[in-house]
Amino acid sequence: MEQKKYWQSFGELNNSDAFKKNAQDEFKEDLPFENFDAQGLSDAKTPRRDFLKYVGFSTAAAAVAASCEIPVKKAIPFINRPVDAVPGIANYYATTYISGGDAIPVVAKVRDGRPIKIEGNELSSWSRGGTTSQVQASVLDLYDTARLRFPMADGKEVSTFDAFDKMVGDALNGLGGAPVVLLTSTINSPSSKQVISEFLAKYPGSRHVQYDGVSYSGMLLANEATHGKRAIPSYQFENAKVIVSLGADFLGTWLNPVEFSKGYSKGRKVDAQHPSMSKHYQFESMLSMTGANADERFTHRPSETGAVAAALLGALNGQGVSGVTGDKLKKGIEKVAKDLAAHKGQSLVVCGSNDVNVQILVNAINEAIGANGAVINWASPLQNRAGIDADMAKLVEDMNAGAVGALLIQDANPAYDYFDAEKFKTGLKKVRVSVSFNEKMDETTELCKYVLPANHFLESWGDAEHKAGYVSLVQPTISPLFKTRQWQDTLLKWSGNATTYADYHKNFWTSRLGGSDNFNKALQDGVIESAAAVMGFPSFNGAGVAAAAAAVAAAKKGGKVEVVLYQKPTIGDGRHANNPWLQETPDPITRATWDNYVMMSPAMGKAMFDIDISNPSQSDNYEAFPEKPAVIVKVGNKTVDLPVLLIPGMNNDTIAIAVGYGRSEKIGKAAAGVGQNVYQLASFNGTSVLNFADATLEKSTSKFKIATTQTHASYEGRYEVVKELTLAEYVKNPTKILDGRKKELEPWGGLENYDKDGTLYPMFDKPGIKWGMSIDMNSCYGCGACVVACTAENNVSVVGKSEVLRAHDMHWLRIDRYFAGDVNDPESIQTVFQPMLCQHCDNAPCENVCPVAATNHSSEGLNQMTYNRCIGTRYCANNCPYKVRRFNWADYTGADSFSGNQDESSDVIMMMNDDLTRMVLNPDVTVRSRGVIEKCSFCVQRLQEGKLTAKKQDRPLEDKDVKTACQQACSADAIVFGNVNNSASAVSKHRHDNMNRMFYSLEQIHVLPNVNYLAKVRNTDKISAHEQFGAPHAAAPAAEGAEGGGAHH
Amino acid sequence: MIHYRSIAKKLVISFLLLTVVCFDQQVFAQDGKALFQQNCASCHAVSKNLTGPALAGIEERVTDKKLLYAWIRNNQAVLSSGNKYFTDLYNQWNKTPMNAFPNLTDEEIAAMLTYISTEANKKPEVKTDAAGAAAPEADNSLLFGILTLILAIIVLVLMQVNANLKRLSDEKEGVPSYEPVPFYRNKAYIALFAVILFIIGGYYTIMGAIGLGRSKDYQPEQPIYYSHKVHAGTNQINCLYCHGGAQEGKHANIPSLNTCMNCHMAINEYAGEKLYREDGTEVNGTEEIKKLYSYTGWDPDQKKYANEPKPIEWVKIHNLPDHVYFNHSQHVKAGQVACQTCHGEVQNMGEVYQFTDLSMGWCVNCHRETKVQFTDNKFYSIYEKFHNDLKNGTLDSVTVERIGGTECQKCHY
Repeated sequence: MEQKKYWQSFGELNNSDAFKKNAQDEFKEDLPFENFDAQGLSDAKTPRRDFLKYVGFSTAAAAVAASCEIPVKKAIPFINRPVDAVPGIANYYATTYISGGDAIPVVAKVRDGRPIKIEGNELSSWSRGGTTSQVQASVLDLYDTARLRFPMADGKEVSTFDAFDKMVGDALNGLGGAPVVLLTSTINSPSSKQVISEFLAKYPGSRHVQYDGVSYSGMLLANEATHGKRAIPSYQFENAKVIVSLGADFLGTWLNPVEFSKGYSKGRKVDAQHPSMSKHYQFESMLSMTGANADERFTHRPSETGAVAAALLGALNGQGVSGVTGDKLKKGIEKVAKDLAAHKGQSLVVCGSNDVNVQILVNAINEAIGANGAVINWASPLQNRAGIDADMAKLVEDMNAGAVGALLIQDANPAYDYFDAEKFKTGLKKVRVSVSFNEKMDETTELCKYVLPANHFLESWGDAEHKAGYVSLVQPTISPLFKTRQWQDTLLKWSGNATTYADYHKNFWTSRLGGSDNFNKALQDGVIESAAAVMGFPSFNGAGVAAAAAAVAAAKKGGKVEVVLYQKPTIGDGRHANNPWLQETPDPITRATWDNYVMMSPAMGKAMFDIDISNPSQSDNYEAFPEKPAVIVKVGNKTVDLPVLLIPGMNNDTIAIAVGYGRSEKIGKAAAGVGQNVYQLASFNGTSVLNFADATLEKSTSKFKIATTQTHASYEGRYEVVKELTLAEYVKNPTKILDGRKKELEPWGGLENYDKDGTLYPMFDKPGIKWGMSIDMNSCYGCGACVVACTAENNVSVVGKSEVLRAHDMHWLRIDRYFAGDVNDPESIQTVFQPMLCQHCDNAPCENVCPVAATNHSSEGLNQMTYNRCIGTRYCANNCPYKVRRFNWADYTGADSFSGNQDESSDVIMMMNDDLTRMVLNPDVTVRSRGVIEKCSFCVQRLQEGKLTAKKQDRPLEDKDVKTACQQACSADAIVFGNVNNSASAVSKHRHDNMNRMFYSLEQIHVLPNVNYLAKVRNTDKISAHEQFGAPHAAAPAAEGAEGGGAHH
Repeated sequence: MIHYRSIAKKLVISFLLLTVVCFDQQVFAQDGKALFQQNCASCHAVSKNLTGPALAGIEERVTDKKLLYAWIRNNQAVLSSGNKYFTDLYNQWNKTPMNAFPNLTDEEIAAMLTYISTEANKKPEVKTDAAGAAAPEADNSLLFGILTLILAIIVLVLMQVNANLKRLSDEKEGVPSYEPVPFYRNKAYIALFAVILFIIGGYYTIMGAIGLGRSKDYQPEQPIYYSHKVHAGTNQINCLYCHGGAQEGKHANIPSLNTCMNCHMAINEYAGEKLYREDGTEVNGTEEIKKLYSYTGWDPDQKKYANEPKPIEWVKIHNLPDHVYFNHSQHVKAGQVACQTCHGEVQNMGEVYQFTDLSMGWCVNCHRETKVQFTDNKFYSIYEKFHNDLKNGTLDSVTVERIGGTECQKCHY
């Protein structure tokens, strides 16, 4: 019995009491009958008489309320209806998601004048319809109640734009030649660049500084040194057979995750006929999402990144591996160097470091392995990060010296995310004219004298060139909700140009594209792409490599404990911190919501707090309660007090903290009071800002609760939920998984007849359509874009931290994270992600237990949930083996007829109840009220719409008609969906072609799911889960690990 | 014997033939009607002048069939050929151009002309009184009620008689008698009464509860007295001309004001049959058209939009609960259901009222009975099993229910 190979929690690993209890109870909380047994029914808090009184009263009240007159509703038609605007029919406009330098081509779904959903634009050849969780969530930012609603001067509203223009114009004219500085995030919009240059020309001595909260300045400078180009090339992961990442989270947050995950998954799709896949090595200090997907992973201290790069370069050049500590790391580097050398021109090294010298070494490695021109594309560089740290440092110096007359800030927030924010703030006070164009009252805007909020991108005109040669256009999908103006308009005005930016933009592109027809076509497509440039590359100049290697070797060795700062794939640099959809999406690794915290290895946890994870009662003490131990992290003279999460796979000398939290209250209700800002823990080495530092740790007495969703669902001890094998195993015995299934199902009719013979229930026909989903676990990286897409499409509620703490989270789709390996050996930890949603079982256990038949099965194989019939017994949730049903404990989205019928109100719930926020709701999906169960519907509204389209066009259903929201959002194409009755459909082919890897989660319980998974194939020597815990109920797995305990300190 | 049989056989066959022919013609005329409403009705009526002339007797006026067909297909070509009749007609109608219909086939035009001639010859229809039809049913229930009451009284009287007789016989036999209990204190009676009261009360409570939130016959007063009878009935404007959304998407949509003005730029007075509201007061049609002008800002004298327009706030009649998804195009376009099936004979309504109760039972009943366009629409080609069943005669038709049309998540999601 191979039980507990994969574990979601330490409790599961140890089979602890808390885990067992959780397995028995569907709902974490006890039922609210206090002291029932002890005192008897009449003395309970709600005695029988009171109960009867309530019943009587509520019946009477309901009767009175219901017999009130039906409210009169009005229907108000257009006066003159635009031809293409039919109420009730959605229009789709191609536009571009703009955030910082990121510009991802998207299509906005506009229903009755309101954008309600963002999808990727499939016409873009680099994003190919892919999105991230941030892109998916961006539509909610449009309806953010905390957006600034009018221009302001000294905190007071300025009534008109003209008055504002005059005010600022006068102030700028009165500067007397003192320079004007435009401080922006990275600008890659061709027309905006022209606007900026016109503006700068008007004010001599002025300059434009680009600043990125999380900077890539090290790469830019290193590339300038070695390739003579201050640019970041694009990386074509699909061309790489060997991928080595030195701390770069390229699937989650590094540079351009959409493009990278598209390319990466191409190389990771295992073809059944010719099984092969790329090999991914990760060297890192913390367990990042990308690291979790690596085939082999080695950990080191963050300060050692340079040493690892140098050692790798040395090994490639035939020198021995030196300068790094630890045998495993050394062996790892040797192995990687061998593999790289064997795949010249087919391999790639990427590095997340912002240190110029480290990046120069990485460039030297890439040159040595022939990556340039093969995997690294210099012909179309990435243009989404252009900020140079030294420029910003110079600006801050100038400001403090009083040498800046006016500072115009657009989409930059250094008062929050600059490593030395205090210095920036004091500098800002010395600037005579400070203007902010930021959309919200953020930390920087707060300090500015003049505020002219810019439009949200969905209200804007514009363009962007995320990758050189790949332009995407921005067009408004709604007229501005508030009295805001595009910053380009403002700059045009202030530089004395009377044209509006809309016209300017139109003229700009009409003349470039040659005619308004071409412009209109480009606008409709959303993208302008010239033929792909030849993958040429600038020659490599190795002159600086030796110096860089010397600098790296001379770099200060880290102290006892180091802290590394990272971004979460959801919150990122903190720009979107007030987006409740993002806040509530669990982190892929920690599965925590609404917080940042210190990630720490279990070994360090044991040393600090004496928590032995392998001891069931101690692990329960740590894990079963939301309150976590806290630690004071001290870096230099800066301290931060944060809770601790113990995460296996962390380097034993490193802690990791996410940036992007601790925003000011004025940024909005969702961000207020969530986590703490750690940007100030970063340091500046004279050329670039480094995201790690030495830290001293001290136990803290503070009490923090962390709302993690990891332990919410329990499979009640059933297995196997996930399956995994190595590439070698798969090649040797392709039918390993199929054989396993055959053997398992043999007693019940075997694979062929299991559905009929495994049950007493009759079988039901699915005559026309049978919906099915196939999920390739090899392509799921855990990013969570699908979770947010599902939330947006299906009006899934946001419940807030207090409710997640009580396991009341509402996500229809969750991504389960499983660990396997020895908790004390970070290198042995292997992570598996599995999207878990309603499996739409054909023999669904939830259906038989519903007393009112509110959940039942459709002839198309859908497990239907009918909200208006549900009376909230929750029997179904209790009986669901996958734990995917969610109960509405409160009226989270304002669905009830009686307003204020809430007792669970937190700020966040009130925020989602706001009329403005509710504009994002999908009108085709019922907004669930309190007291009903809900769950994944396979996006039934889309299925119905797709079927109707086919019917109206008098043709059979095709794959393109129906796409679920999660499928569409996934940039790795992990999810395939369609009609399995049609043998030509994508899902049928996916299942047929991958028959050997296909499995159903918990197949043996005969629920007959309509969702299948393809087993994960890892391109490595051993699967930790298979190696480590062959014995049943491994009580103390730490002792079994071959090298366990070696990393204690 | 055999002789009779063959005659009977012939009779039956000829009867069948006759039925088929009649049926065919009916279909033909109906097609003509549909075509007419689709193509002509926005400008022409059979017996009234609208934007264009009344069409009754058109075949008598233009005897050359070819010419007439050519005119219908492309009137500009006929005009340019210099035909006198049509040129005069064109000038007479202020040179209002007529749309061209190049895609109409001969059969289609013939069908429309047939429809026009039959419609023109039709005598004014005798209105059937809906209340009259319902009356006998009401009478019956009253009758049953009276009968039940009489029977109940007889039962009561008999029970009393029985009790009295028993008392008498008891007295005779010397059985000691109890003090007689008056019927209003007799426990049996009280219990019976309570049960009856409970049943009746329960019935009305439940019926009342089921009816909560339903609003059959809802007929609110609208900002403009808009008569569907005049538009869709008398003038035979196709429903989809104004409610085009019904074949495109979820909502049928109330037409935007520019749609109204397509015709009402020219039609600025009402001269038809007198119009009455439900309460019997007369409606001045011309005044109602003026109200439309005040909303749209149209100045009929200057023939242009001179004033600021403002939207009309119509009162919504058909309201479904939020948890119901209803899509018009599914029914109108894919299902080919006539508007009247759910909305009643709108063409005979003055102000529209809610014809059905829009209850779930009503929806589900229809889904059980209605047949889908199973062989006509290629979408259903995937239902191989049903196609086989149809072929070998196991099934005679496929209802909406059979393809899952009564499942919860077809309407609730």
